[in-house]
Amino acid sequence: MAAIAPAKAIRSVTSLRKKVATPYFLLLPGLLWLLLFFVSPILTTLSMSTKTVKADSGSFDQTYVQNYHWANYWDFLVESRPQFIRSFLYAGLATILALAIAYPLAYAIAFKSGRWKNVLLVLVVAPYFCSFILRTMAWKQILSQDNFIFKALQSLHLVDSSVQLTSNAVAVVVGLAYNFLPFMTLPLYSSLERIDPRTLEASGDLYANGFTTFRKVTVPLSMPGVVAGTLLTFIPAAGDFVNTEILGNSNTTMIGSVIQAQFNETRNYPKASALSFILMITILVMVLTYVRKAGTEDLV
Amino acid sequence: MSTISRWLSRNLLRVYAAFAFTFLFIPVAYVFAFSFNDYHRSNIVWRGFTFNNWLHPCDALEICPALGNSIRIGLLSTLVATILGTMIAFALGRYAFRGKGAINTLIFLPMATPELVMGASLLTIFLAMGFNPGFWTVVIAHVMFCISFIVVTVKARIASLDPRLEQAAMDLYADEKETFRRITFPLVAPGIAGAALLAFSLSFDDFIITYFNNGADFQTFPVFVYTHAGRGLPAQANVIASSMFFIALFLVVAGQIVGNKRKVKA
Amino acid sequence: MTDASTSAKGDLKLSHLTKSYGDFNAVDDLSLTIPEGSFFALLGPSGCGKTTTLRMIAGLEEPTSGTLHIGTTDITDMKPYRRPVNTVFQNYALFPHLTIFENIAFGLRRRGISDVNEQVNKVLDLVELPHLAQRKPTQLSGGQQQRIAVARAIVNRPALLLLDEPLGALDLKLRRQMQIELKWIQTEIGLTFVHVTHDQEEAMTMADTIAVMNEGKIEQMGTPADLYDNPKTAFVANFLGQSNLIEGTIVGSDGDSHVVDCFGQKVQVQKNRSVAKDSSVLFGIRPEKIRIHPSTETHSGCLLTGGHISDVSYIGVSTQYQVEMPWGQELMVFEQNDDGIPPLAKGDAVNLTWESVFSFALDGNQDATAGSEVSPDEEE
Repeated sequence: MAAIAPAKAIRSVTSLRKKVATPYFLLLPGLLWLLLFFVSPILTTLSMSTKTVKADSGSFDQTYVQNYHWANYWDFLVESRPQFIRSFLYAGLATILALAIAYPLAYAIAFKSGRWKNVLLVLVVAPYFCSFILRTMAWKQILSQDNFIFKALQSLHLVDSSVQLTSNAVAVVVGLAYNFLPFMTLPLYSSLERIDPRTLEASGDLYANGFTTFRKVTVPLSMPGVVAGTLLTFIPAAGDFVNTEILGNSNTTMIGSVIQAQFNETRNYPKASALSFILMITILVMVLTYVRKAGTEDLV
Repeated sequence: MSTISRWLSRNLLRVYAAFAFTFLFIPVAYVFAFSFNDYHRSNIVWRGFTFNNWLHPCDALEICPALGNSIRIGLLSTLVATILGTMIAFALGRYAFRGKGAINTLIFLPMATPELVMGASLLTIFLAMGFNPGFWTVVIAHVMFCISFIVVTVKARIASLDPRLEQAAMDLYADEKETFRRITFPLVAPGIAGAALLAFSLSFDDFIITYFNNGADFQTFPVFVYTHAGRGLPAQANVIASSMFFIALFLVVAGQIVGNKRKVKA
Repeated sequence: MTDASTSAKGDLKLSHLTKSYGDFNAVDDLSLTIPEGSFFALLGPSGCGKTTTLRMIAGLEEPTSGTLHIGTTDITDMKPYRRPVNTVFQNYALFPHLTIFENIAFGLRRRGISDVNEQVNKVLDLVELPHLAQRKPTQLSGGQQQRIAVARAIVNRPALLLLDEPLGALDLKLRRQMQIELKWIQTEIGLTFVHVTHDQEEAMTMADTIAVMNEGKIEQMGTPADLYDNPKTAFVANFLGQSNLIEGTIVGSDGDSHVVDCFGQKVQVQKNRSVAKDSSVLFGIRPEKIRIHPSTETHSGCLLTGGHISDVSYIGVSTQYQVEMPWGQELMVFEQNDDGIPPLAKGDAVNLTWESVFSFALDGNQDATAGSEVSPDEEE
């Protein structure tokens, strides 16, 4: 017996070490990728954001010096305040609009579609495969004054030529809601679909009418889907610049347009970086507050 | 009263859903219709019906190379992201280890960060390291933002797996490797395939991150569309977008039918 | 994979087996020998440690201390896939992506057996489902899945077959039928079966030997009849069927019997049916062993007097009475409806009698209600 004991001890130690090492081995390549190409760029952006333009550098190939000029943040925030406010306002409105469209849609697919369920789900995602920029441009043309739709409305005297259906804030918000609708619908659908129809029947059995059942049972049970869907809509919408570029005008520019222009045209990298950082932190804070309020931590 | 409300609850919802689908498909229909436009310079005004664009999709300059780039980048980044993401998903879903919470947060962050910020930041670091933006920088960027989606999708599939199935395999003389190969992997595979499909579609239609990291001489299909929007987009773009739409629809529907048939037959 | 271990044969021996989760001992210093070829049941309420014990035997759970042997082979540290042990899982755990044939062939293929086809077909014949070989598990009914799960395990001819609540998901009628089939299969192929269940009727129908478990320990072990007729603890007396347990004191001796004083009335219990440690006892008698009489009749021998019927339930084959005794305790009496006499009514004054061989005495220093509150049908 005594002779066996040490061998046994060694065996259990090696098996333990193996158990400890395996997850790290699995994580290593993917995490390395994220560290190199997600975390380190964000940190570089942070460092870039406090630099200033070197005084004697030329106008095009500017060089920057790191002098921890944190005032960049305040300066650029004040300068781009309208765009920031617009971004969050438009993204918020678009999220509400998308929720209003997607919730009944997801509900209908989950509970009323019978054997068409899978087909309808595919149809929700399908437009996504038809280039989103092309579809956004299509909206612009559909709503333009040259188009037959506008002319039809005009002949019915519902609009006159002073009305613009596109190149305005409403078009931008509708465009954002349109583009991220599948991201709203799918999480809603999957959390609604998980609800056992029997719990709804049970609620009806306990003297709740249709609306009360919906308010007290369906909505709370679908909250994880609502949270996931609104986040997946709001986050990309707040950083978007395509919709406002195509469907908006010079008074609807969002923060995305500013950052994009600073990066790709003006090449003021410190400014673009500081603005990016403000955008990211604001969104993160909003997301965390929202997730905590909504009480669903199991998003990841 | 109750019959009216019942009728409403039954049919209002259907009417509403029909409107929502109309909203979703109006631009698709428009894109499809204008793929038959006998356009001249720009494809905005209807000038007459033609099959020309469908017969000669590559006639428009740069469009087919851009499409090729999109497909190559989509396939390559999907492959890499699926492998890396699946490995992470297994580590998170199957093992307990220190720092798990931090890693979960790291996986969540890219999904909570606007694409614009990721794209811009990546460009900063590529420039700092002296990388020439082009094919590879776009692949790197796409893999980066696809990983999180893969991890989340595959992890959900692993979590829904009954641990007793793996225990049953071990009980039936399969060692750890055999159990993984014969039971765990085949059962998780549909989740991985779904995740890969999602990654491909995200990569294929991505514009913002690509636009920051593609450089001057390299473009994908979405970038082509965006940059040509001002100077007049050829109707061939509508042809390609419409075909992608129909191909995707066809593949999914065919997959459904095959899946159903297999279920019935087996 | 034909190492010596998988060919281990003989009795299964658990020695001082313990499984702790923090301060809680799910299985507490369990020692037990299960003879080769027997049908052995571990019976107990949920949380008693029976499933943990089974999982340790299967190798799916590592014991905190103690050892496991099959014959002379130590299997304590052996991986589950090296043990000559197979399990029929609760809810079956059939592989959903494999056909029934491949499910059953799984263990044979892993061990590199050559005549897979022949063996799978043979076992499919044994469970009478050869026509389902090419189906997928989800296309089978619960009863069919259950039989396939058994087939998948026994095709490997393990030294030991473990059954973890195998019939829990089936309806009552199917459960009865499967109990008989499992018993038949066991005698047919002569394997050792270890069966975990919370259903005392199921354990008694199938097993040669039952170990009643409670709080990580074995309360009592024996044949079904032995456990029922000679319970050694209040838990066993209450968990296996029902018992009336009355507090009493041994006050004297009368030949082969103790004389017990129960709240002022003298009753007798045979000395060889008493496990009392001192004079304080729980006097026990099963409800169906009691005869109930109107108090106007006179009786001698084993007798308790002064009861009043507080409840009557007529259930066809028998009538169940609750009788309130002078000291306030309610006793259960089951009377066969075989004498043509109309049942007594609520409120009637009655006396209770029985044959002296049926009464037993337990140690008085324990909870008389142990095991009676746990619902035997509770899911684990």
